[in-house]
Amino acid sequence: MTVLVVAEHDHRHLADVTRRTVSAALALGDAVDVLVAGQDCQAVGEAAAALEGVSRVLLCDDPTYAHQLAEPLAELVISLASDYSAVLAAATTQGKDFMPRVAARLDVAQVSDITGIEGPTTFERPIYAGNVMARVICEDPIRVITVRPTAFDPVGEGGSASIETVPAAQDPGLSRFVEESLTESERPELGAARVVVSGGRGVGSAEGFQLLESLADELNAAIGASRAAVDAGFVPNDYQVGQTGKVVAPELYIAVGISGAIQHWAGMKDSKVVVAINRDEEAPMVQMADYALVGDLFEVLPALRDGLRALKS
Amino acid sequence: MKVLVPVKRVVDYTVRVRPRSDGSGVDIANLKMSMNPFDEIAMEEAVRLREAGVATEVVAVSIGPAAAQDTLRTALAFGADRALLLETEESLAPVVISRALAAVVGEESPDLVLMGKQAIDDDCNQTAQMLAARVGWGQGTFACRLEMGDGEVIVTREVDGGTRTVALGLPAVVSTDLRLNEPRYLKLPNIMKAKKKPLDRRPLDSLGVDTRSGIRMVSVAEPPARKPGVRVADVGELLDKLKNEAQVI
Amino acid sequence: MEFDVVIVGAGPAGLAAAIRLRQQAKQTGQDLSVCVLEKGSEVGAHILSGAVFAPRALHELLPDWRERGAPLNTAVSEDQFLLLTQGRALRLPTPPQMHNQGNYIISLGNLCRWLAEQAEALGVEVLPGFPAAEVLHDEQGAVKGVATADMGRNPDGSEGPRFEPGVELHARQTLFCEGCHGSLTKTLIDRFRLREGVGPQTYGLGIKEVWEVDPTRHRPGQVIHSVGWPLDTRTYGGGFLYHLEDNRVAVGFIVGLDYENPYLSPFEEMQRFKTHPAIRPVFEGGKRIAYGARALVEGGLQGLPKLSFPGGLLVGDTAGFLDVPRIKGSDNAMKSGITAAETVFDLLTSSPAGGAEASDFRSRLDNTWVIRELHRARNIRPGFRWGLWAGLAHAAVDTYVFRGRAPWTLRHHADHERLRPARDCQPIDYPRPDGAITFDRLSSVFLSNTNHEEGQPIHLKLRDENRPTALNLPVYAGPEARYCPAGVYEYVETGDANGSRLQINAQNCVHCKTCDIKDPDQNIDWVVPQGGDGPNYPGM
Repeated sequence: MTVLVVAEHDHRHLADVTRRTVSAALALGDAVDVLVAGQDCQAVGEAAAALEGVSRVLLCDDPTYAHQLAEPLAELVISLASDYSAVLAAATTQGKDFMPRVAARLDVAQVSDITGIEGPTTFERPIYAGNVMARVICEDPIRVITVRPTAFDPVGEGGSASIETVPAAQDPGLSRFVEESLTESERPELGAARVVVSGGRGVGSAEGFQLLESLADELNAAIGASRAAVDAGFVPNDYQVGQTGKVVAPELYIAVGISGAIQHWAGMKDSKVVVAINRDEEAPMVQMADYALVGDLFEVLPALRDGLRALKS
Repeated sequence: MKVLVPVKRVVDYTVRVRPRSDGSGVDIANLKMSMNPFDEIAMEEAVRLREAGVATEVVAVSIGPAAAQDTLRTALAFGADRALLLETEESLAPVVISRALAAVVGEESPDLVLMGKQAIDDDCNQTAQMLAARVGWGQGTFACRLEMGDGEVIVTREVDGGTRTVALGLPAVVSTDLRLNEPRYLKLPNIMKAKKKPLDRRPLDSLGVDTRSGIRMVSVAEPPARKPGVRVADVGELLDKLKNEAQVI
Repeated sequence: MEFDVVIVGAGPAGLAAAIRLRQQAKQTGQDLSVCVLEKGSEVGAHILSGAVFAPRALHELLPDWRERGAPLNTAVSEDQFLLLTQGRALRLPTPPQMHNQGNYIISLGNLCRWLAEQAEALGVEVLPGFPAAEVLHDEQGAVKGVATADMGRNPDGSEGPRFEPGVELHARQTLFCEGCHGSLTKTLIDRFRLREGVGPQTYGLGIKEVWEVDPTRHRPGQVIHSVGWPLDTRTYGGGFLYHLEDNRVAVGFIVGLDYENPYLSPFEEMQRFKTHPAIRPVFEGGKRIAYGARALVEGGLQGLPKLSFPGGLLVGDTAGFLDVPRIKGSDNAMKSGITAAETVFDLLTSSPAGGAEASDFRSRLDNTWVIRELHRARNIRPGFRWGLWAGLAHAAVDTYVFRGRAPWTLRHHADHERLRPARDCQPIDYPRPDGAITFDRLSSVFLSNTNHEEGQPIHLKLRDENRPTALNLPVYAGPEARYCPAGVYEYVETGDANGSRLQINAQNCVHCKTCDIKDPDQNIDWVVPQGGDGPNYPGM
């Protein structure tokens, strides 16, 4: 079976999430095509063609797709879908936007946000905010699937797929792009960061958080906090990770001076690797973390930052 | 302008659910049920449009069991003018729900459909987009700001890394994200009044839509537990583990 | 808003009263408006009980309860009464009051959900999510209703952007059915001096879990009660184990709040109880699915305050009808609700003005089995002040020889006065939780589904902010950090000259009221938070 992956990009670079989606597609089918739709996006097409395991890149370079609006993008995918047994996109705000339109127009179900593939029609996906894992079977003739990127490793390079141009589909003209405002921040956004350095009441003060900042600088990490640290006034509200704050799942979560109340744990338990740095070895976070270092954070954090710096150089 | 707000009855967000011991589904017996929080935001936005004189009628619709009447009463207490319950005991996939809602849109002819971006039980995030596609309307998903223009609605959407604003010709479908508004606290007198507002109950079958779909949930399980961790002696050992064992730095 | 009767609290007492009022109104063709306010997000959300339920009052109220589908699904099939020592269990003869033939193991929360449906069908306005926060009085001082809690205040008490003021509900009669140690009842007892000439109330703290157990270990209908280990013999309390339907087992532990050692932690006693060799096997391979805690009244007849005052009544366990030797409260609460409804109905029929006092409530109750049985049982609980052995011996003599007709009545002491300074007591070394049978507080609170919206004023009010660090910590070693079953109170080191301060994690509160009862200096006032906040018990 052949699978179509709809690429995500900014017209110049192929997004990392697409490499991960291709990896899911390869687990599903024996041939994978990638659709790149955009404006002046030749470079993205070439990047997609270089992905390991990709057979064909369909390039649709047209002003209609300049803003990746859901309605025209969905039309294009629908026009190509009948050649495929499955259509995949990353479960990002873009994939979530246009893919259900594709499914509805094909009158098939969509399998959202899959985290595992058990067979050509059997998938695993989280429900209830990840508190339950569901196994679903989708037997529609075309499976429309969004993929949780963090659940799949990105494919490597070394492929040499052909690049074929496909014509644009008709623009239904239902929506018009007005403007875009991307957050320009020194730090990655908390919900999307690869690394999060998070502090709790044990950090002791707003000044203590500066130590976290300097560690985060070294790791290009976002800063988070426990509710206790927010309540104590060390950091603003929007730093809060937890059941009532943000739910994060970075590759590395460094919890500094966080006792590990269950409400906090609920907000970061899906992190790939959890490090706890705490003075109190009885703290639940120390018990639950993958790596725990019991010690005074005022000694540990500078040493860790310097160690990272040394590793880099 | 007429606004249609589809709402779903779900397990309250404060309540922890767990799989039944035989894995056949999620045990929701006796759990507190509420209106899906994203739908509350849609409801609030619709009522604000009504209060601002932009909307002239707000209609809430739900597809679900008889108990979903409670959810619709909540919608009426928010300020919806009337409500429609399409009764079914079946748990239906968004592909089916969107079919039914398309039929409701056909009957009601709203100018705007406002609905939550996803239900917090199945976390599908599909229904609004599917409905928009079926009725051939534009969509503004994950709205954090909504402004009515001349014959169009201007929707600022929350996207990865920032926001993106689109203008949609009416009629249109808008799905709501958390930051759009903070829903009001319901007033006691409004809850009492809501008991007397019109709530129409019909079997889902009365719409004549096909309720079959190609997707089914076969089992559920708890997420895998984490492996027990290790204690490291010092910063050097931690760096070594992170680099060579976990490979995250 | 105007009603004939406003009822505060949708528990067994309040709902029974509401149902009886509307039944009488219907029978006599009168229009009587009845409204029930409930602080929980839904009826049953804050209800927690064992519970072995005797359906006497239910049968009086709704004789066709079976046909109406009341959730009484598991008849008691076996009673055991165990004396535990560390490592051994001795089966004692089950005292006559504790025989449970004809009774049911139930979820009281689910029974209340069902009662609320019956009430609504009779035309009662049941309004969950609206706590009564204030008692309203007319110019003569009589109670004329209640005001619901404000919503949307900032932590400092100022009005937030979504502020919604509470609503006044006026009534000719207001029934306070708040359950054990109600927060409005507390103000009423003060204002109307309802405890004048009456001894203090005494309480226990009950902590309960529901487990889904291995089917091979499930004995539907089995009821086990225990005394003894893990408590020392000076401390009153005991455990229970009830096998419900669907492989569910309710396990709980009650500690008398007249305990003396400030190092005692009811939560950890409960966890330890489950590890007894006679108890532990039930939970092997099982899964804990619910957790909660609630104070209960143990004062019986001597603890009952005056029940009536101009404009209203105290009904159910906020007055305190729990029968300690029978370990039954719901049945009595319902019967008191029925009697209150009948009293109030007659009063409103004969004198339609509001603010009158239904002073015959107590004498009517005296003629029911509720007070007759409380009278017979009155000396059993206070007998345990002499410790477990003397208490058991006294209970046996009182039950079998005097048959409750001893020519004396023993008095209670106020629980908050019973704590001894920490220096006179032994710290207790509790085992660490194993994560399989025993757990820590926070992962337990997680299962109560409790929630308090952020950014509201703390609903646990300290009368004197300095009292915790001036008295509770230095003298009593900070007992609130131990007696609170939800980890609300926490002494944290400030790292400066002050040493420590009391952190109140109000969002964890499960509304058990223990702090309001046990604080040695009565410095904590538990008041209602925003509507709908607190635990969301799934059928406790």
